[in-house]
Amino acid sequence: MPVAEPVIANDQDTGQSELARRLASTWRQPRGFWGWFCNTHHTDIGIRFIVTSFIFLLLGGVLAAMIRLQLVRPENSLMGPDLYNQVFTMHGSSMIFLFAVPMMFQGFGVYIVPLMCGARNIAFPRLNAFSYYLYVGGALVLWGGFLTNTGPDVGWFAYVPLSGPAYSPGHRADIWSQMITFTEVSALGVAICLATTILRHRAPGMTLNRMPMLLWEKLVISIAVIFAMPAVMIASGLLLLDRLIGTHFFNPAEGGDALLYQHLFWFFGHPEVYIIFLPGAAIVSTLVECFSRRRIFGYTPIVISVVATGFIGFSVWVHHMFATGLPQLSESFFTAASLMIVIPTGTQFFCWMATIWHGRLQLRLPMLWCFGFFFTFLIGGLSGVMLASVPVDLQVHDTYFVVAHFHYVLIGGALFPMFAGLYFWFPKIAGRMLNDRLGAWHFWLFFIGFNLTFFTLHFLGLRGMPRRVYTYGPDMHWQGLNVLASIGVVFMTAGFLVFLVNVLRSLRMGKIAGNNPWGDAGLEWAMSSPPPPYNFLHLPTVSSRDPLWEDPPDQPVVVGLRDDIRETLVTHSLDAEPQHKDEDPGPSIWPFLTALTVSAAFVGSIFTPWAVPVGAPPVIVTLIGWLWPRGQSPTPRPSGEQWSR
Amino acid sequence: MKPALKFIPWRFLVQAMSLDPGHHHVLHPAAPQAGNIEWLYWVIFGVLTAVFVLMIAGFTWAGAKTGVAASHPLPIMEDKEGDHRARWVVGLAMGVTVVTLFVILVISVVTGKRIHGPTSKNPVTIQVTARQWWWEITYPNPQADQTITTANEIHVPVGAPIVVLTNSKDVIHSFWAPSITGKRDLIPGYSSAFWFQVDQPGTYHGQCAEFCGLQHAHMGFSVVAEPVDQFQAWQQQQLKAAAEPSTSEAVRGRDVFLTHACLMCHTIRGTDAGSHVGPDLTHIAGRNMIAAETLPNTAGALAGWIVDPQRIKPGTRMSPNPLAPDDLQALIVYLRSLQ
Amino acid sequence: MAKHFYFALLLVIAVLLVSCKREERILRQPPPANDILNTIQISGLNPGANSIPTPPNSNMYQESAYAVAEGQKLYEEYNCVGCHAHGGGGIGPALMDRDWIYGSEAGNIFSTIMQGRPNGMPSFRNRIPEYQAWEIAAYVRSLAGLLPKGVSPNRTDQMNIKPAESSTPEQTPSGITGIPGQHQ
Repeated sequence: MPVAEPVIANDQDTGQSELARRLASTWRQPRGFWGWFCNTHHTDIGIRFIVTSFIFLLLGGVLAAMIRLQLVRPENSLMGPDLYNQVFTMHGSSMIFLFAVPMMFQGFGVYIVPLMCGARNIAFPRLNAFSYYLYVGGALVLWGGFLTNTGPDVGWFAYVPLSGPAYSPGHRADIWSQMITFTEVSALGVAICLATTILRHRAPGMTLNRMPMLLWEKLVISIAVIFAMPAVMIASGLLLLDRLIGTHFFNPAEGGDALLYQHLFWFFGHPEVYIIFLPGAAIVSTLVECFSRRRIFGYTPIVISVVATGFIGFSVWVHHMFATGLPQLSESFFTAASLMIVIPTGTQFFCWMATIWHGRLQLRLPMLWCFGFFFTFLIGGLSGVMLASVPVDLQVHDTYFVVAHFHYVLIGGALFPMFAGLYFWFPKIAGRMLNDRLGAWHFWLFFIGFNLTFFTLHFLGLRGMPRRVYTYGPDMHWQGLNVLASIGVVFMTAGFLVFLVNVLRSLRMGKIAGNNPWGDAGLEWAMSSPPPPYNFLHLPTVSSRDPLWEDPPDQPVVVGLRDDIRETLVTHSLDAEPQHKDEDPGPSIWPFLTALTVSAAFVGSIFTPWAVPVGAPPVIVTLIGWLWPRGQSPTPRPSGEQWSR
Repeated sequence: MKPALKFIPWRFLVQAMSLDPGHHHVLHPAAPQAGNIEWLYWVIFGVLTAVFVLMIAGFTWAGAKTGVAASHPLPIMEDKEGDHRARWVVGLAMGVTVVTLFVILVISVVTGKRIHGPTSKNPVTIQVTARQWWWEITYPNPQADQTITTANEIHVPVGAPIVVLTNSKDVIHSFWAPSITGKRDLIPGYSSAFWFQVDQPGTYHGQCAEFCGLQHAHMGFSVVAEPVDQFQAWQQQQLKAAAEPSTSEAVRGRDVFLTHACLMCHTIRGTDAGSHVGPDLTHIAGRNMIAAETLPNTAGALAGWIVDPQRIKPGTRMSPNPLAPDDLQALIVYLRSLQ
Repeated sequence: MAKHFYFALLLVIAVLLVSCKREERILRQPPPANDILNTIQISGLNPGANSIPTPPNSNMYQESAYAVAEGQKLYEEYNCVGCHAHGGGGIGPALMDRDWIYGSEAGNIFSTIMQGRPNGMPSFRNRIPEYQAWEIAAYVRSLAGLLPKGVSPNRTDQMNIKPAESSTPEQTPSGITGIPGQHQ
């Protein structure tokens, strides 16, 4: 097919050409107040996920500071038991449900995955937007509850019978249960979008064997989310039914079982922590490759490790229940599985070390955070090996030793890679570089503070201090270590403040970043920073694992897609051969309206079961509006017609 | 620098490093169970420390060896020969990892078996029922009048196996005495059993280790291990009914007990007070601490606890009792006579 | 931008002021009112022109779900079930029906508990602290369906003898209700 205009490479796109102007007009998102609610482009939604989850990280951190202030002295009176119980429950729930998954999986995924795939937008863009609004709804419900004395006070995992109707009067535990529903539906939505994007919207030539590590990880995590989230929704749903309408799922007197809740919860809870950790590992894989200036060592073993972690992660949940008096045989099985999951993670560590060893390390700021990750996550993972062993776990379960362990793996495995990723992709998102010196201060302040606080907690646990105690007696000899742990908070807070200053300053006067300031290999660096609304001037093709490094200069691009409608390309899931064209639905208010009606139904059902039949019709109405046919159907074309080599 | 040194809380740090474990330390066992677990802990700890040191050394060496300081991206490189060598090294490392994990699995399972079953057929059986927020302790006996009921303080003979039967009246609690053995959750609707044996006489502190509501922090218990003859003397004492008050003030104290809110919740065997809502007080004066190991068992603490328990344990089930001073004094005299 | 921030701040402050009474855990009890048992009136009539000022008949505990749940626990622990069962009655009258003998208002139930009544209701004066009697009174009102759903207890963790108090349909008290203005 004759090409009408000269083909401009993606990284030469200044937005001035005729094609660029037409694409910008076709793919533009509406402006203004209502326009904000109609936006369905993945870069904007991704930024919203990142910013919103960061706010909840800060709020959760304030709660943590309150906890540490309360524990600095025995029999301290800063907070009474009721407020303290709410504070630590809110801390855990906010960090896990409102920060970790929305940032690591949803935020980074939604922003980067379509760019890395070489697509113009994420698959199911309206579902993506809906997921964001539902997440915000859940966050508002939880925090609104907390600010009106209705915050949950039963721990972030809300074991029955304590969270059941007999021992948690009022609606506090109901608010927690419904927040779960909000956030998990949101995660499921994004999982569907990402899995579809990765499987069907990759650039032609990007076979599975050539997919970047981050896409492999997001694919595995999306499937893990689809299997894990329903378990916790069932657990919280059954809890809601017990509390609201008097079912007996967890009532032993009527044939129910308190342990059933724990099984359902932890069947979700353990994969959840891999849902939080694996995105961090993928960020580290990407950055290790970039800053060792070579392709990653052991691509296949790392991919297999990621898949294996996602898989084995579903078979270890009982290690959270070793103290419940299980038969020895099952305890041994779960010990074995929990030890087995160390092997894929260890493989990744060895491959990263080999990459750096046989590469040329440039210790730029994002890589510094990766080294922080190596140190911190290693300690956390090793203390996890201790916890996998049943006799040791029986001593340190539900003590500050476990608190130390999971903060090392969660902060090491998520927060350090998160900051690494933020420093790495901030130039792409905002078009400016973050300041290196402030970043180094941020790293060292946070690293020192974190280790001071959480390493100390290992000793506290061994000295007998259990979790979730609002105070302790002066004759327990726990005060010294508690003081030490509380001092670390000061450093961590300082680090966060430095980061915020860095971001706000750099947004205004940071060094202008070009397309690819780090010299990375991924397709997301192939266009200007920030990306134009249509992402790529021409949809790229790839012929290697590291496109920007290894593809030849005359690597073909996709032509033949219309630029007057939002046409996208759907490719085959295995070998990324083009299959047919599809049309992006464009901006729409319906995801927001549907999120409103769904939120109203969920919130109403906290107070009365009638909210379900009464709340359903508006949801149906908004869904009808969402799904109303638009009159344009995709025109499938036989494959091969669009290649213009 | 020197002036700044005085701001460091040296006293706290020294206290933190204090070697006094307070009889509730995982790594200061007083029982074979805790001893086995401590052994396992140190073995795994040693192995993992070696792993940690090796890994950190590896990353540091890799970074230092190849590190280049530059502010612009350096050219891409590849090292086919290095990759070939690395394949062997990584493979070897994975193999060592698998073997190490297998060893850890085996020693864990073996230790688990060792702490699992009692060594003798004649254990002392104790029924522990957890309530919000205290421990009801019963020494069951086929003969009803030989059954001992007490609260929060468990006496055991040194060297004899103790079997604990667990239950909970309300929410999930967890029985944990770090110096003695690992913890066991007490789950309503489940009754499980575990055993331990204490080899050294002493008093060992324990605490509830599963979040159970407002006063989870103050739900302690203690295990008093004593020589067999002392234990039997204690048992005999516990079986007796409450001592008759000998002074007129103690008689008045008993009257106060029986005419105020006390008898609605507490039992003193030998009197009309027979409620099972709160702990059994028949031999309260013989215990070391009160309020589930929160306060020492002294006259002042007892008085403060009786008058306003909500001040000390806000949310506890016991109500404040604003008694007239003479009544309170008499009540204390009576209660402290109940050895 | 600044306008949005201030609006959001105002919203947060407004929300903070609407602290939910239903969720309050009243852990520090107010001191008992002086001589309250002699000032609660059952009848609205009195001799003379000036009416005896009616003391507050309000029960702050019946606005707190936690307090009503405490009342439920105390109802069991103090053996109210021995005579009244779980509201169905037995030796004593049923408490979950519409008929009231000594008044259905919170103050009436409180004085019934504290003073005792002829025909078998013991007096719990000096045996139960006053605030606990108020909590039990609040629970008894929920048994009869006189408290809002959100405050009434849900199912217990015992065997399912009867529907939870929060499922009890609202009933208008009849008989001698103690409600001011009604025929006593």
